[in-house]
Amino acid sequence: MIQVRDLHKHFGDLHVLKGINLDVNKGEVLSVIGSSGSGKSTLLYCLNSLEQIQQGSVHVDGIDVHAKSTDVNKLRQKLGMVFQQWNSFPHLTVLENVALAPRIVKGKSKEEAIAMAEKQLKHVGLGDKFKHYPNSLSGGQQQRLAIARALAMEPEYMLFDEATSALDPEKVGEVLDTMRLLAEEGMTMICVTHEMGFAKEVSDRVAYFHHGIMEEIGPPEQIFGAPQSEHTRKFLANVR
Amino acid sequence: MQDSISFFTGFGVNDLWFLGEAALKTLWISVLSISIGTLLGTFFGWVLHEGKLAATLTIAPVLDVFRSVPLIIQLVLFYNFAPIIGLNFDPFVSGVVILTFYTAALVANVARGGIEAVPPSMRRASRSLGMSYWQDLFHVVLPIGGRAVFPAWIGVVLGVMKDSALVSVLGYVELLKASQVLITRTQEPLLILAIAGAFYFALSYPISRYAHKFEQRWSK
Repeated sequence: MIQVRDLHKHFGDLHVLKGINLDVNKGEVLSVIGSSGSGKSTLLYCLNSLEQIQQGSVHVDGIDVHAKSTDVNKLRQKLGMVFQQWNSFPHLTVLENVALAPRIVKGKSKEEAIAMAEKQLKHVGLGDKFKHYPNSLSGGQQQRLAIARALAMEPEYMLFDEATSALDPEKVGEVLDTMRLLAEEGMTMICVTHEMGFAKEVSDRVAYFHHGIMEEIGPPEQIFGAPQSEHTRKFLANVR
Repeated sequence: MQDSISFFTGFGVNDLWFLGEAALKTLWISVLSISIGTLLGTFFGWVLHEGKLAATLTIAPVLDVFRSVPLIIQLVLFYNFAPIIGLNFDPFVSGVVILTFYTAALVANVARGGIEAVPPSMRRASRSLGMSYWQDLFHVVLPIGGRAVFPAWIGVVLGVMKDSALVSVLGYVELLKASQVLITRTQEPLLILAIAGAFYFALSYPISRYAHKFEQRWSK
């Protein structure tokens, strides 16, 4: 379970997150929506300590993420993350991209790491691309590679930071399908997204962020059908 | 009739061997300086990237001196003044020391450029997989940044190899010094400098060819 309590984050004078409280249960899919600059992505970075926080706390399965005594490298293995930019390692083949972290971080043998990489690549539909280099793949394929790379660490949570925003429109579907598949398999997911259809259809809950505040959170029927907040209503009216 | 003494003799096969040996000495002094200098320079580059303020105040000015002062002046100064502080190095060691620092000063900026060529988002992604700072540095930054600045590094290598000719001013008989010795004896500067040039070319050309092949392979 992920527990966020009174989370504040500043970038210099900019107050990006203003006291966020949030619980995400195991097996749940939470979509985070909101306009650019509302602090959605920053929230994700605070969950796995890629960003430091100024106030409040984040606990993942009871571990205080920002405590000095916490081994963040170990903690991050619990939280797979997929970014807007796919960030494939260009010097490694598709298979090596996925096998690298299990080998050097988890200390798996080469055979085990490769077996895990093959399994995850087949899982995301890249079973025929093992020997390819990332630059020969399309954006959608590279993003699925990034998903496989995160899954190979056997995370308990997956964080998606606008995973489809940098893709050509025709490639968005294949990545969303992969995310949908993970959700169906019971993966706990927090998806920062601009894909309202996905948020509506796949999420258990949807959170709307506005200027660093979590304005509203609830089941998709509430957020999309009967939003409580005026800001949520305005935002959804604009994106529809 | 009185026999005349011949001071000048023509260029022979033995002289070619002499030049060949001198070319090997050029290669040896270059390999040593470039290897140690590259390791040192990579470390300096990392310091420049990581510790911006501290590095600006400490090693950056020193590297600037090595980069800015002509190599020949560095060599002569070091060779003649090091004994004052008790460092009695022969011309070879003096040459290696100065060429190493000179290489390191050039490589430091190349290395820093290499580290900065890896997008922060890529480093973030590798850290998000649980990689430590050092794992990210060795498995992601080094191979990706290294490839980005490989052509620049090859430029440094070829430059230093040719600049190693300046060690001749200390009396170390490498390729250029050997050529000067032979020119004095044979009085055939055109021929001998052409041969010396060919030796330099023979040392440099394979490096640039190999480098080009690597770049082509990586760009696939």
